[in-house]
Amino acid sequence: MPQKTEPVQSAAIPFWRDEAKRAIVFQIVALLLVAGAGYYLYSNTQENLARQSIATGFSFFDKEASFEIGESLIKYSAEDTYFRALLVGALNTVKVSFIGIVLTIILGTIVGIARLSSNWLMAKLSAGYIELMQNIPVLLQLFFWYAIFYEAFPSPRQALNPITGLFFSNRGMIFAIPKAHPAHAVMGWALLIVLVTGWFLNRWGHRRLDRTGQPFPALRITFALAVGVPLLIWLAYGAPTAMDIPVLRGFNFRGGITISPEFSALLLGLVLYTSAFVAEVVRAGIQSVGKGQIEAAMAIGLHPGQVLQRVILPQALRVIIPPLTSQLLNLIKNSSLAIAIGYADFVAVTNTMINQTGQAIEGVTLIMLLFLFFSLSTSLFMNWYNKKMALVER
Amino acid sequence: MNDTTNNPREHLAAPIRKIGAIAWLRENLFNTWYNSVLTILTLAVLWMIVPPLFSWAFINSLWDSSAEACRDIDGACWSIIPRNVKFIFLGFYPTGQEWRPILAMLLLLGLVFYSKERKRWKKALGWYWSIGLIVMGTLMYGGIFGMPIVEPAQWSGLPLTLMLSFFGIVAAYPLGVLLALGRRSRLPAIKTLCVVYIEMIRGVPLISLLFMSSVMFPLFLPEGVTIDKVLRAQAAIIFFTAAYIAEVVRGGLQAMPRGQYEAADSLGLNYRQTMRLVILPQALKIVIPPSVGILLSAFKDTSLVVIIALYDILKTTKVTLSNPKWTGYSTEAYVFLAVLYFIFCYGMSSYSRRLEKELHTGR
Repeated sequence: MPQKTEPVQSAAIPFWRDEAKRAIVFQIVALLLVAGAGYYLYSNTQENLARQSIATGFSFFDKEASFEIGESLIKYSAEDTYFRALLVGALNTVKVSFIGIVLTIILGTIVGIARLSSNWLMAKLSAGYIELMQNIPVLLQLFFWYAIFYEAFPSPRQALNPITGLFFSNRGMIFAIPKAHPAHAVMGWALLIVLVTGWFLNRWGHRRLDRTGQPFPALRITFALAVGVPLLIWLAYGAPTAMDIPVLRGFNFRGGITISPEFSALLLGLVLYTSAFVAEVVRAGIQSVGKGQIEAAMAIGLHPGQVLQRVILPQALRVIIPPLTSQLLNLIKNSSLAIAIGYADFVAVTNTMINQTGQAIEGVTLIMLLFLFFSLSTSLFMNWYNKKMALVER
Repeated sequence: MNDTTNNPREHLAAPIRKIGAIAWLRENLFNTWYNSVLTILTLAVLWMIVPPLFSWAFINSLWDSSAEACRDIDGACWSIIPRNVKFIFLGFYPTGQEWRPILAMLLLLGLVFYSKERKRWKKALGWYWSIGLIVMGTLMYGGIFGMPIVEPAQWSGLPLTLMLSFFGIVAAYPLGVLLALGRRSRLPAIKTLCVVYIEMIRGVPLISLLFMSSVMFPLFLPEGVTIDKVLRAQAAIIFFTAAYIAEVVRGGLQAMPRGQYEAADSLGLNYRQTMRLVILPQALKIVIPPSVGILLSAFKDTSLVVIIALYDILKTTKVTLSNPKWTGYSTEAYVFLAVLYFIFCYGMSSYSRRLEKELHTGR
């Protein structure tokens, strides 16, 4: 005790009692340990690679992949390079994730709102759906749907044909599409131009609302243009209605568009599983808006649509968006389970590459980099969004 | 006339619209026109789905028959489960020794049920668990009391699923707490290491870590050293879960008011004492419910080891289905597994909700 009262001279403190110096020593030791472990693993790996004569580096990118991929968004054959094969896989991952995210948000919102419905039957059914989906592993769900598609549906020869041009078989769902026509390209471009114009129109409308208080129905005008302009172009080209109807040739269908059972099972499993979590997020978001807010909005004379658009949604979204993004990120990460049911996503293609070349380190690194890219860009977006939406307090 | 106006309560029964089944229906199913439409539509859809499903599952189904008998029926062939029950649950565990994993699992379940009550959370419980785990390990591995040795490579089915998820969280917890403390540390090097680790693991899917453990990790080891595939997958699950626990614990640490740190400082406690005596006991209590949530997802995630060809209960089921005799009954087998997983997970999540209510002592 008496020592404490003595005047402390910093020079007299031994360095292991000096907090600042101890911190530096501690950090150096930690870094050295990590670096040492890293070096040990690295040298072992170098030795092992040399002994098993496994190549290193990414020179395999230019070599011929020599394996087929079931479905692809770009032209691909076994003679193409590994790089192109990996690109096909990455595009397939993006495809299933993108469609999955859109459907998950729609279904999750519906179930989340139904969970709060005053209709007893709807509320109970949604609650049951959420519990059921959340408590069964997503991989088991994928196997289940794949088994349904593969075992329960007949072969292409006995394909189910509920309406003309639509077939269900164990090779997937096949449906007719309009035959290619020059009008389609023009319609696509027109739609794009309308949407871009609509975006600027909306911004201008908001600015005018802020300046003058005059509302401008930009969304309605854009919607009308987006439907009307392509329709007019279609009519101007003489309303082409020829369809590309799939026909049975040999053991499979030709023509139309085929959605493979692998893709359908993966999409269905991911959407049903993730939407249960999204529904809970949406429910929590809506419940977080105080009743007084809604009553106040009604008291100042807003009609129900305006209450939803201007009072409930902006506040609920602030609560919904952060957990929603992490659920959607989970969906992207879970899409890597595609490998278990044979959908050629990035992980599945990389796995084939690892088996052929033995370059496991490069393969696993590529997988991690792709998913880290998704996650980091999502968290950048999140930070930006949080800043934008943060409550401006006095 | 006069009577009723003077004393209406004595003479008028409650109107039929306010009580009873009809009133309930009006309140909950037909309160507005669109709710009425919704109810009728939903009932119609249920009417189309439920009766055929019911007759498939219960009326036209067989519960204990040979695979051949199943070929002639329209309904579900549940026989696939009882006829393959040993392989689905225990996999390659040697015949004649089945009592060992069964006993070990019963012991685990018993301990879990015993630990449910919060009034039993005392030091003795820790001892029960330690002894229980040693007994379970001995039962599974054998080597003494005349029990032949069973290598971990032969552990499969439900024991493997339970082991991967249980040790996945038990070993990940201390690691996760350390990572969370590291992330909150004022030392820049430690903080950076922890942040990089946590964010990297959380950014990649578990399957990439499992790949790492199965195809990449053997390259890391010096020549001649091999580690069993099951243990490598176990390590991958532990490292994966630890990052998620770290984030949950960090939430608890951040919820601690500054006053707690300052009070500990003013008492003259050093960092270790502050954390051990003041901060962690409170922070860890807050995060018990979300930790059960992590346990839940770790349990579901163990099914991913199928992809690196470990024989957990999902894989043993798939192997059973690949037997030509039983091919084509996937739906039945997967529904059975789903029920099994659902019971475990639903139990855990409702326990977590109960705990949340009990621990919510209010501020």
